[in-house]
Amino acid sequence: MQIIRQPKVYDVCIVGSGAGGGMAAYALTKAGADVVVLEAGQPWDNTKDSAMLEWPYESPRRGASTPERPFGEFDACIGGWEIPGEPYTRAPGTEFSWWRARMVGGRTNHWGRISLRFGPYDFKRKSRDGLGDDWPIVYEDVAPYYDEVDRLIGVFGSKENLPNEPNGLFLPPPRPRCHELLVKQAADALHVTCIPARLSILTRPLNGRAACHYCGQCNRGCRVNANFTSTNVLIAPALATGKLTLLTSAMVREVTIDRTGRATGVTYVDKATGADVGVRARVVVLAASACESARLLLNSKSTLFPNGLGSSSGVVGRYITDTTGTDVSGFIPKMMDHVPHNHDGVGGMHLYMPWWLDNAKLDFPRGYHIEVWGGTHLPTYGFLGGMHRFPAGGGYGKQLKEDYRRYYGASIGFSGRGEMIPNDDSYCELDPAAVDRWGIPVLRFYWKWSEHEYRQVKHMQETFRALIAAMGGEVFAPMPTREQGYGIAAGGTIIHELGGVRMGDDPKSSVVNRWCQAHDCKNVFVADGGPFVSQADKNPTWTILALAMRTCEYITEQMKKGAL
Amino acid sequence: MTHLDRREALALLAGAPLATAFQWAPDAVREAAARAREVIARGAPYEPKHFTPHEWETVRILVDLIIPKDERSGSATDAGVPEFMDFMLGDDPELAVPVRGGLAWLDHECHDRYGKTLVDCGDAERAAVLDDIAWPRKAKPQHAAGVAFFNRFRDFTASGFFSSRMGVQDLRYIGNTFVSEWKGCPPDALAKLGVRYED
Repeated sequence: MQIIRQPKVYDVCIVGSGAGGGMAAYALTKAGADVVVLEAGQPWDNTKDSAMLEWPYESPRRGASTPERPFGEFDACIGGWEIPGEPYTRAPGTEFSWWRARMVGGRTNHWGRISLRFGPYDFKRKSRDGLGDDWPIVYEDVAPYYDEVDRLIGVFGSKENLPNEPNGLFLPPPRPRCHELLVKQAADALHVTCIPARLSILTRPLNGRAACHYCGQCNRGCRVNANFTSTNVLIAPALATGKLTLLTSAMVREVTIDRTGRATGVTYVDKATGADVGVRARVVVLAASACESARLLLNSKSTLFPNGLGSSSGVVGRYITDTTGTDVSGFIPKMMDHVPHNHDGVGGMHLYMPWWLDNAKLDFPRGYHIEVWGGTHLPTYGFLGGMHRFPAGGGYGKQLKEDYRRYYGASIGFSGRGEMIPNDDSYCELDPAAVDRWGIPVLRFYWKWSEHEYRQVKHMQETFRALIAAMGGEVFAPMPTREQGYGIAAGGTIIHELGGVRMGDDPKSSVVNRWCQAHDCKNVFVADGGPFVSQADKNPTWTILALAMRTCEYITEQMKKGAL
Repeated sequence: MTHLDRREALALLAGAPLATAFQWAPDAVREAAARAREVIARGAPYEPKHFTPHEWETVRILVDLIIPKDERSGSATDAGVPEFMDFMLGDDPELAVPVRGGLAWLDHECHDRYGKTLVDCGDAERAAVLDDIAWPRKAKPQHAAGVAFFNRFRDFTASGFFSSRMGVQDLRYIGNTFVSEWKGCPPDALAKLGVRYED
């Protein structure tokens, strides 16, 4: 294939524009670097493209999902577990689904804005329970960057002084919705810690962005950017510096390496024309998502690295994890016949439950946090689905119509989000035969939960059922059996894949060092979830942002010293 | 400005006019919406694109049996539920077989019992068939296919009705708007649940 080579040499080439890529673009352009970002998806601008405040009846589809928007047509995020032309494969017996976002801002267009810091224990799990591995860094190494992310992007929450749920520089949390107070009553009765949620949604104006107007539609993309997306909060100001070139529909094929083992840039496929284009840069930052960055490294084969970049360790693609998850929902009679009022709030829960127990007294290691949903919301496609599960048992006619009114908003749900421990059987590698639409070898996934995860999810199920009972409610579905994995969500479906490019001091057991710099290649860095050594019972975005900021500070220092 | 009031918010939005709705939607959806609006404006009868004329007649009867007009709001056909279903049948390939198959099951059942289709049945005959499939916990095993269809079709009808303008109003949903200051829930909503704010 002939490669179109561009003469320009950028300071930094970043692959991906999500949380990690966006932060890298922001931090490096602010530091004066000349940066190019390659995004495999399409352009997006929340201020123009969002469906915020559309009524469901303004679309004949009423908000139902589409192939490119599995979470509903109003949802901002273009992507999915299956993308035409971009397959992946699974080893026999593997249940794993790989989510990819294909737009500027990546997955930050999708997530629930749950912005939790990893705590001191989360970086040193092996030291505490002997499982998995410790990170080469400690909480105190990351804390100043978490602070900086809080100041730059904004997060609401409350200072609780919990040992492994560090306080942040919080904006005030919104008051709970009334049914969330009912949840808190039940949690208090069961001695489950229940505190204000920590979401990156502005309850006060910050850095020129407006405060939230409480329409509850963060997932559609916020037209006034009161919530966080990489798109409008990081990429947009990076573009405003004049130092950033943003290329979309640019599917990166590999990192190019010269004879000395130094990266010279990347080649990408311009999806619009099919042409291969070479981009030159002094430093390459991979932020394509944990598994996509692993894939890129494996595909970056050269004379010096015949099995791909970083392959000397043998751990590229290894130790990938996803958050464990299961949900339970139920009908709460007290919540019938709602009192009409605006209950939208922010686009997410106002309360949540961080991990509150001591694993020494339990039959599984590591914890989970609990997310809360329910109450009255803007009715769209799927409204009160499964009506026959309510006490009336179904029906039709005037009585049914009245039942819909009475049951509207009278359900509650809990989602557990827990920590999986990395294992030898969960990894990805290049499929020996399959390629994507552009001839780029694709990933093959292997996945296996251990008893640790099954027991943890069983505990989630039992806890959620107890919470619903304490609210006087009835659970909709019976307790899943051991054969049903206690209702554990399939690998990849919680969309928190981490690892695959793990961080460590030893080049024999890790791909990148404590600065997320490749052991094998000093001018290649990874700024997404790839370097994570362990998962934590927390959503990873805030830590991806903090680590990306830390890595970029290091890159800036090293470039100034002439070391890169 | 500590909080955004409605006027300020609208001013902010001037740069992002909501009048140009559907920027986010694919062309096909925009066109379908425009076509639906035009049909309503002309008062012309809707021509189904995916249901056969007989299915269409059956659907119009069935959705109104599920959600009829009452003192608070109109019926499912008043809210455009059959038109919504016709669109969805073309939009979601997973829907067509179970929905059309279920309608065929119903006709077959009516034919077995009364020698005619649901459309030709009288009120009492239609009710007798629905009574056997509308309450899964009480239904007989031989009606399992009808029950599965009716669970799905009831959900489908409710999706269409309660996401319509009429349905949203019927539910007394309040929101999808700018709130300048979030104060939580009002006293009567709190009192009903027996909860209160500590602060």
